Amino acid sequence: MIRCAVVQFPGSNCDRDCVAALESFDGVAARLVWHKETSLSGYDVIVLPGGFSYGDYLRCGAIARFSPVMHAVRQAAHNGRPVLGICNGFQILCEAGLLPGALVRNRSLNFICRHIHLRVETSASLFTHGISRGAVLQIPIAHGEGCYFADADTLARLNENQQILFRYCDSSGAVTPDSNPNGSLESVAGICNEKRNVLGMMPHPERVCDPLLGGTDGRRIFDSVFASLASGADPSATAL
Amino acid sequence: MNTPIDLSRQNLPVTPQTVAAHGLTPEEYEMIRRILGREPNITELGIFSVMWSEHCSYKNTRPELKKFPTNGPAVLVKAGEENAGVIDIGDGWAVAFKIESHNHPSAIEPFQGAATGVGGILRDIFTMGARPLFLLNSLRFGPITGDNIDTARLVRNRALLRGVVAGISHYGNCIGVPTIGGEIAFDDSYEGNPLVNVMCLGLLRHDQIARGTAAGLGNPVFYVGAETGRDGLAGAAFASRDLTEESKKDRPAVQVGDPFREKLLLEACLELLATDTVAGIQDMGAAGLTCSTCETASRGGSGIEIDLEKVPKREPGMTPYEIMLSESQERMLIIAKKGREEEVLRIFEKWDLPCALIGFVTDDGIMRVRCGSVVVSEIPARALADDAPVYYREAAAIVTPPALDIGSVPFLDPCLALPELLAQPTIASKRWVWEQYDYMVGTGTVVPPGSDAAVFRAKEANKILAATTDCNALFCRLDPREGARHAVAEACRNLSCSGAEPLGLTDNLNFGNPYRPENFRDLREAVVGIAEACREFNIPVTGGNVSLYNQNPAGAIDSTPTVCVVGLIERNQDITTQFFKIPGDVIFLLGPNSAEQSSLDASHYLLTLHGRKEGLVPRLNLQLEVHLQTALRNLIRAGLIASAHDISEGGIAVALAECCLGPGSGLGAEIALDTHDRRTDEILFNEAPSRVILSTPRGSAQAVENLLTWRGLPVRRIGRVLPSREGLMIRVGTKSQIIFPIDALRDAYEAAIPSVMKSCRD
Repeated sequence: MIRCAVVQFPGSNCDRDCVAALESFDGVAARLVWHKETSLSGYDVIVLPGGFSYGDYLRCGAIARFSPVMHAVRQAAHNGRPVLGICNGFQILCEAGLLPGALVRNRSLNFICRHIHLRVETSASLFTHGISRGAVLQIPIAHGEGCYFADADTLARLNENQQILFRYCDSSGAVTPDSNPNGSLESVAGICNEKRNVLGMMPHPERVCDPLLGGTDGRRIFDSVFASLASGADPSATAL
Repeated sequence: MNTPIDLSRQNLPVTPQTVAAHGLTPEEYEMIRRILGREPNITELGIFSVMWSEHCSYKNTRPELKKFPTNGPAVLVKAGEENAGVIDIGDGWAVAFKIESHNHPSAIEPFQGAATGVGGILRDIFTMGARPLFLLNSLRFGPITGDNIDTARLVRNRALLRGVVAGISHYGNCIGVPTIGGEIAFDDSYEGNPLVNVMCLGLLRHDQIARGTAAGLGNPVFYVGAETGRDGLAGAAFASRDLTEESKKDRPAVQVGDPFREKLLLEACLELLATDTVAGIQDMGAAGLTCSTCETASRGGSGIEIDLEKVPKREPGMTPYEIMLSESQERMLIIAKKGREEEVLRIFEKWDLPCALIGFVTDDGIMRVRCGSVVVSEIPARALADDAPVYYREAAAIVTPPALDIGSVPFLDPCLALPELLAQPTIASKRWVWEQYDYMVGTGTVVPPGSDAAVFRAKEANKILAATTDCNALFCRLDPREGARHAVAEACRNLSCSGAEPLGLTDNLNFGNPYRPENFRDLREAVVGIAEACREFNIPVTGGNVSLYNQNPAGAIDSTPTVCVVGLIERNQDITTQFFKIPGDVIFLLGPNSAEQSSLDASHYLLTLHGRKEGLVPRLNLQLEVHLQTALRNLIRAGLIASAHDISEGGIAVALAECCLGPGSGLGAEIALDTHDRRTDEILFNEAPSRVILSTPRGSAQAVENLLTWRGLPVRRIGRVLPSREGLMIRVGTKSQIIFPIDALRDAYEAAIPSVMKSCRD
């Protein structure tokens, strides 16, 4: 049995969606972990779900990084356990310094909820190893502050280390200005850390795990994670 | 009337001027004196003024609202009993739903006005013990496009649209309840007085229904949620006046919303309600602490005593008047069971929310408000909550508008008219709006905005729900009774097209000042129309909202009795959308189709392309409508239908275009229609009711035709679905075929709103 923790900040709102999506996989159990908890021991996968952790009136995730549970999240990341931040979870991971860069207001200044296409940039991560490079996934976004920003050096390093796992693209896989929904630099939609066990992504894979809801491409990401755990491989061994 | 009152003065004397400034008549003041057996003090006067405002007491509309059918075998909580009606959906599950307006606040502060409108209706639902599943809305604004309209007006209306949409998006997205559908229309009559009606639906078990009752002598009364501030002072009274040029000064009467606080309150309340510690719960919405205390006591047949010194406050020095009348958001009143206080405190501490024991339930029927040891108000709760005066307003005589003289309507080339209609903001794609709403959170949205009805799967209950909001205000302006009947029929038709059986209806009656006889007549007629249609469909009205005084300096808005109907779809495979599916499918027109029906009276073609609000509203045959919808649902359940779309604004031409503009590159169609010796524009753009465009796989076409004919329903094979590149080709009679490229239709339909909303930012 693979045990997943879905961290519940007071303003998380995709927390229960994530639990439902994770539990739809065979051999997977998921539980909500309240943000005031201080331990994540016993969990194989940590998910930081979408939402508005503390209302996010300041900067998204700026207060959540101080939550008691974040110490345990850091430790899990350090120990090589898979940590997946989705939407607000990505923002929190950036604020917490577990991922480089920042997410700022969408170019349009509007909140955008839309099905978009993502190109998988590398299979070399435990989140994408089951998906071939260049594959196009259809996964929705829903955010007001999802425009990825980082300084030139950081971007160069992300590219060099192949830490950019997903880029926004069109249905044919072409990365174009028009296919970039929020103005992210280099159309970045998801990145991992250097150890390749922490992923932050703005699109919501948990929303496309059921054909009734218009798609199942989200399952491919979760499948990758669970398959690598089941094979007993050390996540950091999926390095390049 | 607008004498400024210094509310910070505690011992303000009660004078004829202060009475008038509170919107109370001398007769109402006499009633208050009789109830109290003495003169009220200023706090009591304020309390009466908000509880007896139209917003809280429905004093001008109560006798009318009694005309609605409210009973039914599935009704668990009836309209008016509680914060929202509750309907059984089977297997021990139920839904609570209601629509509510926030028109006046949105007119002067669109972002916060709309945001707090969402917050208010959410609280109405989770107060019932239900977890909110989704939101819908119905919005009306002044025009945002038009060559002959002053730019300053357009800019103002666009700013209102932008602000309202941003407010709904801000609140709904943050709290994580998806906005999955609704409607928006634009018309001169809403200039300066936009309508913002928001509907929420929540899910609960039958045994989870919570009541807004203060019962059980000595039970503790808790105040939970946000601190009380000076915002929204007397908002209920503000909403019960005409909007005027002066209304901007009332901006302090608009509340400020905090969706994060509401999220905490929602989760904490649902966690608490699951523990069996709660005797009663009521949200503090309009008239805040006043309304929640006297209503719970009145329902419980009890009394209630609270101490304002214990109320959490945002700022020092607030007078009892201000505390009792504040409409600060995100607050709840909870009557717990005696001895369970610790559990209440523990849960609110977990969610980091203020929670204060402010009083207890008594048995003397009095709402007693203290400030420490000083009693500042003592009023019989029932008199306050339930014995507001009731007025029978004067109604003007019914006027039937003359029929349209078609000779006076210049013919427009349909090649131009159809794209132009599709680009009318009322008809055009609302994608720019709904993409700003998180319509997917909750992972239940099966049919997103953009089809006839929104469809949502409630995972927990394993039920599929459908919902839609509707109102053709042009019909209602010309003939409020017939227009209201159309609103109900169209909403139900939208559900039936989606494969859903209508279950119940919530209504939002948006009208002008009821003291004007023509406005009151329109309201009365609309209520009768809704009631008639609901009886015919055999669905109950489960509650709703009345918003009067929707006026701008030019007069009242067009009557807008918005209805929202909720339905149930039995099986996944019955979920149907309006979009054509596969080339080769056969297209049918289901419903009456004759010369008499094909007139342009009261059509959007006449309104938007000719600038005329005229004509006889098409007559609706309710028996036929119900019969037709039942047959349609049966066909869907038999698996014979690929798509179904109701014909409404813009007539059959617009409906066909909408069927073609499905996901991806869409599809084309080849269509042949009878002329009935009418002009082509009459055939293409008339808005005769009870009509549906169906498409079916070729193999099912004969069965569909036979089944409908056998049931005595008018049906006609009008064409077939084609690949997108062929376009939409329509032939009327023997005239030459008109060909519309799908891309051109899509451009007109999709670009209309974003093009003007982008330009106004620069």
